[in-house]
Amino acid sequence: MNVRVLVAKVGLDGHDRGIKVVARLLRDAGMEVVYTGLFQTPETVATAAIQEDVDVVGLSMLSGAHMTLAPLVVEALRERGSDIPVVLGGIVPPQDLDELREHGVAAVFGPGASAEEIISTINGIASHSG
Amino acid sequence: MTEESAREEWRRLFAAAPKRTGKFTTMSGIPLAPVYGPHSAEFPGVYPYTRGVHASMYRTKLWTMRMFAGFGTAADTNIRFREIIRAGGTGLSTAFDMPTLLGLDSDDPMSLGEVGRCGVAIDSLADVRDLFAGIDLATITTSMTINSPAAVMLALFVAQAEDSGVTRDRLGGTLQNDILKEYQAQKEFVFPPRQSMRLVRDTIAFTAAEMPKWNSISVSGYHIREAGSTAVEELAFTLANGFAYVELAQQAGLAVDAVAPRLSFFFNAHIDFFEEIAKYRAARRLWAKWMKAHYGASDVRSWQLRFHTQTAGVSLTAQQPEINIARTAIEALAGVLGGTQSLHTNSMDEALALPSEKAARIALRTQQIIANETNVANVADPLGGSWFVEELTDEMEREAEIIFAQISKMGEGSMLEGCIRGIEENWFQGRISDSAYELERSFNSGERVVVGVNEFLEGNDEDVLATLRITNADEHKQLARLSQVRADRDDDQVRTALERLSREASDPEMNLMPALIDAAKAYVTVGEMMTALAGVFGRHVEIPSL
Repeated sequence: MNVRVLVAKVGLDGHDRGIKVVARLLRDAGMEVVYTGLFQTPETVATAAIQEDVDVVGLSMLSGAHMTLAPLVVEALRERGSDIPVVLGGIVPPQDLDELREHGVAAVFGPGASAEEIISTINGIASHSG
Repeated sequence: MTEESAREEWRRLFAAAPKRTGKFTTMSGIPLAPVYGPHSAEFPGVYPYTRGVHASMYRTKLWTMRMFAGFGTAADTNIRFREIIRAGGTGLSTAFDMPTLLGLDSDDPMSLGEVGRCGVAIDSLADVRDLFAGIDLATITTSMTINSPAAVMLALFVAQAEDSGVTRDRLGGTLQNDILKEYQAQKEFVFPPRQSMRLVRDTIAFTAAEMPKWNSISVSGYHIREAGSTAVEELAFTLANGFAYVELAQQAGLAVDAVAPRLSFFFNAHIDFFEEIAKYRAARRLWAKWMKAHYGASDVRSWQLRFHTQTAGVSLTAQQPEINIARTAIEALAGVLGGTQSLHTNSMDEALALPSEKAARIALRTQQIIANETNVANVADPLGGSWFVEELTDEMEREAEIIFAQISKMGEGSMLEGCIRGIEENWFQGRISDSAYELERSFNSGERVVVGVNEFLEGNDEDVLATLRITNADEHKQLARLSQVRADRDDDQVRTALERLSREASDPEMNLMPALIDAAKAYVTVGEMMTALAGVFGRHVEIPSL
């Protein structure tokens, strides 16, 4: 079965170039992709991910709010009894990676991450969580 | 115009223009003319201005080195502003944080984690006072990069200036206030497009009447390009938006010559060197022709497209960040050779974080090297007459005209209607994301090389740069400040100001600026003013599409 991914913009960041490009690359790679649209909250993302029964949630953040918002998305999922893994892409300084992992973010893709890296990582995470 | 009459006009304008002192020779001592040519009877300072809006260009005055800054609280950004002025920056440009850009107060639940991150947090007049403390608003021009709440921010700025004794007619600067490109590209919208355009109309009319030194809109291609468009799309969409604002002002009863001279432009300087230079040249020629022939402008200032340039954020890499200094230098040079009026150079660390002070200084130094060491500012439009650059300029002009025709058709002859319908029908957004996707595929396939990303990877594992850290402490400081403002103000005044704002917003004939300025003076917050307006205007929701 195809890997299903929910891609989401949480918070106030309107930069949607990255998320749209990545969503299309994931589709090219055979995944089923659902896009939430802009200005979501951790709660709306968690609810949508469970309803859509996705394998992975992908967040895109370029405004510097990732340290606050990415852990809240993980928390919102776990509170709803879901173990769907969360990955993050965007402007993320390397110093933040350890703390994000501690908060349960399964993978982080910085600027310049290749399509190949994103696709193979998401496939790997999806097969483990399946 | 014949070549001889164009040359004569240029000679007259050049003689009349003030000149900066400088040695206008090459390093070997060869004397340099202020311009070489002609090409097709085109001269700088002469219609259609392909070669520059001023006859003397940088011989009169170098471009303004306008560095964009803003982070944390207003007091933090004020320190950076003063540092920029001390280091030789000649203009200020304010970056606001996401909550401010979306018209939310710092204590709104949606603001969590975003306060002071991407720019400075502004909630009320108290913050604007801190932001400009010790800076003379009558001498330093200020640009404010804000769109949905642009009218609110203009009101706060006027209120602060008047509190500090500077009357509104003496204020020089620019409000970005380009809402069309928000729906097309940057996506920081609040109200639906047509309601937003009413606020734009109000700021145009207000500044035309009361703020003679103020640029009411900075029509911005920068974000369109950053969102993924091609250079041709950036050129065409931006100018079409400019035409739309002219038509909006005409509908409000303003003459084209009362409005067009107050519009300035803002373009990207991407890494394709010659295409960028051709883009600026084509932009000037297209604007002049359309203003004169299509809109009947007769004031030469209406024909002259003045623009700010910023180097391309999207061209920066997180890998080997120091090499971004080289990219930025090349892009900045394109802006200067293309005749920009002001320039912001990005910092090497911006694919990772907001710039550190050191990185921002190196970026300013890059401009200073171009201005003071390279001699490129001595001759106007130095690439004019190059067979390649002239042909590329003509081709970009042709391709932009094709896009104008498409937009005009969507609007049944109206660029204003075409731009709005193009947004409502997702036409602009779809084209931009298609172009972004095509470019990304060319990187992934290796067809286009990006140094440090898909080739030349040695050095990618080296130690990372020290980047600017913004902690939650700033968010807490701002929240404390906001609750103090709410405690100190007169609640009756706030209620009265908000009631007036809602009432006047319901009457489409009213100009909302006076009500907004009064609200600002009563310490009504940005979020409160925007919520009152949303109560009348509604809120825009974009239908998600990939």
